[in-house]
Amino acid sequence: MEPETSALELRGLTKYFDRPAVDSLDLTIRTGEFYALVGPNGAGKTTTLRMVAGLLRPDAGSVTVFGIDALADPVAAKQLMAWVPDEPMIYDKLTPLEYLEFVAGLWGIEPAIAEPMAHDLLVSLGLEAHLHERCEGFSKGMRQKVALAGALVHDPRLIILDEPLTGLDAVSARHVKGLLGGRVRAGCTVIMTTHILEVAERMADRIGVIASGRLVAEGTLAELRQQNGRTDTSLEDLFIALVNFEAAA
Amino acid sequence: MSSTTALTWFARHELRLAWREWLAMMTGGRRKRRPAVAVGLVAFAAIMHLPAWAVVGRFSDLVLPLDKSSLIVITSTIVMAWTLMLSQAIESVTRVFYARADLDLIMSSPVNLANVFSVRIAAIALAVTAMALLFSTPFIDVLVIGGGARWLSAFGVVAAIGLSAAAVAIAVTIVLFRLIGPARTRLIAQVLAAIIGAGFIIALQIAAIMSYGTLSRFAVVTSEAAAAYAPDTDSILWWPARAAIGDIEALLLLLALGLLLLGAVMALFSGRFADTAIDAAAQGTSTRRRPRTGGFRPGSRQQVLRRKEFALLARDPWLISQTLMQLFYLLPPAVLLWRSFADSSLAIILITPVVVMAAGQLAGGLAWLTISGEDAPDLVATAPLPPARVIRAKIEVVLIAIAVIFMPMVAVLALASPWQAAVTTGGVAIAAASATAIQLWFRVQAKRSQFRRRQTSSRLATFAEAFSSIGWASTSALALALPIAGIVSGLITAGLVAATWKFSPQRE
Repeated sequence: MEPETSALELRGLTKYFDRPAVDSLDLTIRTGEFYALVGPNGAGKTTTLRMVAGLLRPDAGSVTVFGIDALADPVAAKQLMAWVPDEPMIYDKLTPLEYLEFVAGLWGIEPAIAEPMAHDLLVSLGLEAHLHERCEGFSKGMRQKVALAGALVHDPRLIILDEPLTGLDAVSARHVKGLLGGRVRAGCTVIMTTHILEVAERMADRIGVIASGRLVAEGTLAELRQQNGRTDTSLEDLFIALVNFEAAA
Repeated sequence: MSSTTALTWFARHELRLAWREWLAMMTGGRRKRRPAVAVGLVAFAAIMHLPAWAVVGRFSDLVLPLDKSSLIVITSTIVMAWTLMLSQAIESVTRVFYARADLDLIMSSPVNLANVFSVRIAAIALAVTAMALLFSTPFIDVLVIGGGARWLSAFGVVAAIGLSAAAVAIAVTIVLFRLIGPARTRLIAQVLAAIIGAGFIIALQIAAIMSYGTLSRFAVVTSEAAAAYAPDTDSILWWPARAAIGDIEALLLLLALGLLLLGAVMALFSGRFADTAIDAAAQGTSTRRRPRTGGFRPGSRQQVLRRKEFALLARDPWLISQTLMQLFYLLPPAVLLWRSFADSSLAIILITPVVVMAAGQLAGGLAWLTISGEDAPDLVATAPLPPARVIRAKIEVVLIAIAVIFMPMVAVLALASPWQAAVTTGGVAIAAASATAIQLWFRVQAKRSQFRRRQTSSRLATFAEAFSSIGWASTSALALALPIAGIVSGLITAGLVAATWKFSPQRE
């Protein structure tokens, strides 16, 4: 039996701006896992994910995606990944369907496969009535949904999301959570940052708490409670205790 | 706060915003550049007196009463300035409706909207007039130095026509809103601004070509035929010309008319400004298109990238208006070409630099939109293809677009002069390639909507792009007329492009 490859492995990942934004970060995410990365503002969550997605070059360390060295062979690694930024960046002058056609084309997905998938995704995200409207008049939530559909249309094995629920209404947020949950059940790996701790608590298999560019705690909610000797506390209390401890240190 | 105080306060706010916007445009948002910009502007204004002297110096001795020919020349110049101001004013009004981020705040505040928009209308008029005064100052200075203080009244004429241009622009834009709706007005207003701005000059050029076989627009206005058709010297049509030369009575009448027109527009339209702004803001939520038939199209990643770029370019109203303007500027050389078939005139050589220059300028704009103006940079950067292939696809789009726009004209030129067509093709290709390369070397991540501010990111790139287009246009013309001089000009221009590369951030 072949050993299970981890979906993502970060070793000694480091990025400096005027101060260390990510500081020798080691992180392993298993295949098929829903991983939530939480931390205070400026902790290095987005910088970490941008390095994984190939948008920032690390100063040191390695990024391995399903066994592929993402720094040595970024194209092969990118073929397996999708990145959804917190600020949805889509083309105002394209319709959602045209946007998804473009994304599918970039990932080299056959039109016969991509077209029905694009249609289903947009319908499942509640955009059926807007398939042929240009995105220029869309609300932030609608744009976020189009960007998310774009990330899913090429059926990635690793989905990286930066604050995917920001700007979504309750119904849309539930749609997105359902969609991501479904992908994880189908074997896809999801890593996301979020400020909504309740989402991390409910959805994530494991949670990583990052502060000052370092991973200060990691595990399931039960493991985090155990590590901190607080058996019946919420993730919010745990999070505040962990980041306050890190700040004091 | 009383109504008058509120108006004064809002006027101050508008002026401060306009000043900061202008300052940011000149300095690229960097405070440290302010002294250099101030020195540069003073130097530029001083240098501008030289071409101004060359153009209008000989007219400074003109005194009243003027003959018909002089009246026609001065009036044509004023009409030309007025159309340029009208074009700029239409552009400003459209921007107020579509791009002002503070409309929500203003319209949700407990102020009298009619008053607020009256101030905004006045601010547009002021901005248009101030810009016109700035550009006309070297010319009027030369006239004052050569002909005396009476020419100072020309400043008054500029102010009067600035006020009337702003008034007409506001009326035209609001009428367009009412007639064709906010969705179409944006595009039509931009196209209209481009056509009006260039229309008068081009019409004169075409008339000159048709009548005298020259591109010089002065050939028509100084002709005996124009004088024969023109009204008598005491006609009110000549008031602006007489006012410019020092007729105080005519100047006061002109200023009064300008103010009256603006006042009438403010009274008539300031109330509707708010409704129009609301309509414009609501526009965009109903941009439903007819579904494209045929479904997703197959193709390589390169083709997919090109297809996306072409779709975005084709849907860009600014680009459409600019392309139309470039094509519009090509009308006179096209007419010249058509006439030259008949008489084998040497004037046909003039076509080459115009076409090469237009190709360089258009390629620069297209290259900025495709290379720097990427609205989804993260998506393209995380796609599984090397960055070099993305850039290559974008460059291909620019060059294909230039080829599609300019090749028909070159093909017609080939029928008249195959050698000139070959030189023109070379000039178009090299001017477009140089402009694209400069945009590539100085690329910065930006949104397509920031196109208007593209010049602020790098002054060096802006000047290099302009000089490269001028250089290749001159080289092409000289290659036809005086080949040795063409080689020298080509080497100088190539040196300029190489120097630009040496100073570019992408090289570091």
